[in-house]
This record gives sequence, C-alpha cells and structure tokens, in this order.
Amino acid sequence: MTLEGHDLTIGYSDRTVGAGINVSLKTGEVLALLGPNGSGKTTLLKTLLGLLPPKAGDIRLDGISLATRSARERAQAIAYVPQTHIATFAFAVETVVLMGRTAHGNLFSRPTAHDHAVAQAALERFGIGALAGRPYTMISGGERQLVLLARALAQEPQFVVLDEPTASLDFGNQGKVMNEIRQLARSGHGVLFTTHDPNHALRAADRACLLRNGEKCGDGPVQDVLNSAMLETLYGAPVTRVTDASGTTAFLPG
Amino acid sequence: MRARETAGAMARSALPGFGIALAVLIAGLLLAFSVGRYPVSVGDLLAALTGQTVPQAVESVIFQVRGPRVLAAVLVGGALAVAGTAFQGLFRNPLVSPDILGASSGAALGAVIGIFLSLGIVVIQLFAFIGGLVAVAAVYAIGSMVRSRDPILVLVLTGVVVGSLLGAGVGLVKYLADPYNQLPAMTFWLLGSLAATTPGDLWPLFGPVAIGALVLLALRWRMNVMSLPEEEARTLGVATGPLRIAIVAAATLVTSASVATAGIIGWVGLVVPHLARSLVGPDFARLLPASAILGAGYLLLIDTLARTGAQVEIPLGILTAVVGTPFFIWLLTSVSKTWS
Repeated sequence: MTLEGHDLTIGYSDRTVGAGINVSLKTGEVLALLGPNGSGKTTLLKTLLGLLPPKAGDIRLDGISLATRSARERAQAIAYVPQTHIATFAFAVETVVLMGRTAHGNLFSRPTAHDHAVAQAALERFGIGALAGRPYTMISGGERQLVLLARALAQEPQFVVLDEPTASLDFGNQGKVMNEIRQLARSGHGVLFTTHDPNHALRAADRACLLRNGEKCGDGPVQDVLNSAMLETLYGAPVTRVTDASGTTAFLPG
Repeated sequence: MRARETAGAMARSALPGFGIALAVLIAGLLLAFSVGRYPVSVGDLLAALTGQTVPQAVESVIFQVRGPRVLAAVLVGGALAVAGTAFQGLFRNPLVSPDILGASSGAALGAVIGIFLSLGIVVIQLFAFIGGLVAVAAVYAIGSMVRSRDPILVLVLTGVVVGSLLGAGVGLVKYLADPYNQLPAMTFWLLGSLAATTPGDLWPLFGPVAIGALVLLALRWRMNVMSLPEEEARTLGVATGPLRIAIVAAATLVTSASVATAGIIGWVGLVVPHLARSLVGPDFARLLPASAILGAGYLLLIDTLARTGAQVEIPLGILTAVVGTPFFIWLLTSVSKTWS
C-alpha cells in the first residue's frame, strides 16, 4: 500500500505554510521528516493524517483520495502517535490502548473480548503488559510513549505517523523508541516520523524528507540525503560529521 | 486468555464502587420515604411497595406526598450527575458542571420571565426548559461561528459570556418585578426546591431525562475518546463534530428538564462525578452509570435533609452548596491522586 501526497499546498485558513510538496510512503518503509522549527513539518503531518484539508493537491491512500474517506476508515488505515502529554483523566493503561480499537467498533459499541486480546497483545509486544492496570498518569514518560505506540498498533493500521516521538524522552528511551520504529516497518507498517535529530533519522529511517520554509529541499535514502552540506543548508548552522572505523556515521551540531 | 483475565480483574475492581453507589441510593430511598413529620416504618414501606394493604394514611404519605418528590429527586439527581460527567469529559476539565454552557442561566431567565408575566406553573416550567435549550443552542451557534483551532475553549468562553448576559437579564426582570408577590417567587425558584413536586410534574421530567440519559449511556465508550485532545480523537476514528453536538444536546436536555422542575440546584453535577470517579475510576463505560446511581442517592439524601433538617424547608440549592463545598474540598485534598 502507498500513502502519497501529490503537489500539496498546506496551511491554515488564514495562511499558507508550504506549497508544491510531493511525499510518498510505502508499507514496510520508514520515512523521517526533518526541518528547522517553523518549516512546516507538523502542518504536513496533520495534512497527511487528514486532520487538516490540503489547500491544493491531493492525498491518496492506494490511489484513492483520502478526502472521500470517513474518519473511521482513515483511522483503520493510519494511526497517529502524538507527542506524549498528561491526560486529564487517569485512565488505566489498558483503557488507553483499547481506545485504539474505536475505529473497529460502531458508535455505540464497547470493547469486545477480541479488542481486549488485541490491546493486551500490543502491550506485550512493547514489553509493557504488566502496566495494563496502572493509571496512565502514573507511569514514566518513556512508558507513556510506548503505551501510545501500543495504542497505534491496536488500531491495526497500515501506516503509523509519529510526531517527534523522542522529543521528551531520555537517552535510553530514545534508542528504545527508534528500535520499535524499525520493528514496526519490519512487521509491514509504513512509518512516518518527524524529528529534530538527524541521527535518529540515520538510525531508524530508510528515507529522509527535508523541509525548509514549507518547501522540500531533499528526499531520498538517508545515506544520500543526510550529509553535512545538506544539513548545513537545512538548518543554516555548521554541522560536523564523525565516522568510526566500522563506518557508522553521526552528525554533531556546531 | 490473559487479556480476559485482566479485563475481568478490572471489572471486579469496580464492583465495590458500584456497591457503595447502590447502597447510597437504597439508603436515600429508605430515608426519603420513612423520615418526616409522619414517620413511616421500613416494614410499612415495604408492605405498601409490594402491594399489601397498609393504613390509608401510610399509603397516602408514601404514594401521594413523598412518592412524587422521591422520584423527582432520583431523576433530577441522576440527570445532573450524568450531565456533569459528560461535560467534564467533553471539556476535558474536571471543574466543569452541567451549567457550563448556560443551561441554568437560560432556564433561570425563562422562569423569571414566566413569573413576571404571572403565568401558570406549567408554563413557567416550560419557559425554563425552553430557556435552557435556547441558551445552549445560542452558545453553540456563536461558538461555531468563531474560527479557532481550539473549539472547546471557544465554547467554554462563549458559555461564560452568554451566561453572564443571561444573569443580567435575570437581574433586570427581578428589578422590574412586583416586590411583594413576584420577587419572592422568583427568589424561591432560583434557590431550587422539590417541595412543590406533583405527580403531574413527573412525566415532563421523566421524558427528556430518559431520552438524554439513554443517549449519553449509549455513547459512553466514545466519551472516553472524546476526553482526549481533539486531533487524537479524530485520528482514532471519531467524527468529533457531530458527536460533540449529540453529547451537548443530550446533556442539555436532561439539565434543562431538571432545572425546569427543581430550579437551580448547583454542585450536584460537579461533586457527584468526582465521587463516582473515586469509586469506579475514570472509564466512562463504568463512570456514567455509577454517576447516575450516586447522583440519585445523593440528591435524595440532601432533599430529605432539606425537608426534615429544620422547622421550615431549607432551599435545596443552598443545602447542596453548604454540603457540597466542604465535601469537594475534602475530595480535592484526599483523593485527588485518582483523577489528577
């Protein structure tokens, strides 16, 4: 399956954020979206999720326009992992993951035994099955991100879209989430995530898409697109590239 | 297998909470029927309710005098609690009460206009009911015209502004009213009471409350999702716009019907959802029914106190505030961990 944005003009009713954007994502592939603050990453993400109508252009899911699909149909195909936040109510972790099953029931239905099984399996997959009964508000930030990943998985989508999945996590948890993103692609999901760290893109993504001032300035395999010159242009700041004996590359700001 | 066990364990953990809510309701029912100027023994009460012959006076106290009032308290208490629970979820704010969108202020203006025009009690109640519905519809219409990325915030702000305007309207009508007959009637109505409940009041109360409560109960799993940030709810597959209208309409229906019958009774819709949440947790699938049961029991107890606590009837709105405020502060300091 393919999720593609064709010649998109993105933005809000009162302003245009970006134009002429083409982006595509296949199942089994990880795409990282990079760009400085205000470059339009979040706006593009919301547009691809169907939360924001494109001002021009079209988003197609397997060739069919996303605009013609209901919220429920969209949710069955594309899951969204927002940045972690504190919920208003202290739902149990299991309840949060069960909410991922909403699109598989009707307006009045409550979770079935099958929904419970899917939710528990999703929790187990991320190694947090033991948290099922704990309040979502009383677990750590890293665990919360994994719970939201489990909720996305419980949605049984083809595509998972993550908004800065590592933004509020400690070093260890950042690595863990990157690994889980790779695992998602291995199990056949198409994954799109935004990040401020090119190293995360290098580690977890197959392709990188660079966005600057609402325009795409690079798109391709991470090894080709992510180089010092490209990143310096993108962020307007010097970048140092380091490579170890095994050939593993990392970028340092400054 | 494992999943079913977990689900079973969670359902079991809510059982004691439901038990407490039911115990409050049963205690409320027994007290409301038994206590008063003409005490009725529990034995007589059960005999009368199961259709056995009891003294004429006992039968008349149970069915004619206290019955309608008990049923009204059950309906109004349950309705306000369910509406408060729904609004707290919808507005993602545990400090919200059923009158957040102006239902009470609209009903108040409708009622005082009815009294000012010296209309009959049925028409006054109708005015109050319609006033509540019109106020919320106006708030919703104005809120929808404002283009914003945070429709919830706009709705709350519009509710506050319109509510304050309606309050000014109530003040104006009171200022113009005849100070010897109309003004006291308005004051009493605004303080809230179930004292004047007649059997004829019950159907106009029961109809809207039943319809609204059934709609809310049917949507109770979706309400969990509606309590998440707007964009998350939409990506989980919920058409948030139409669902929000349905929830607001249902909650407004039950609130307006309650206020039309009983006047302004604050605090029930704010306190009871919190109490229910501390008993059965925040999952609306359990919270909403628990709130309804607890709200009914809570208002029964308060109304019995209003009826018997002093030589004269204590206005219900005053008592719910006097009991509700310290209770709410205690709740904040002691069990806030469970819903923070």
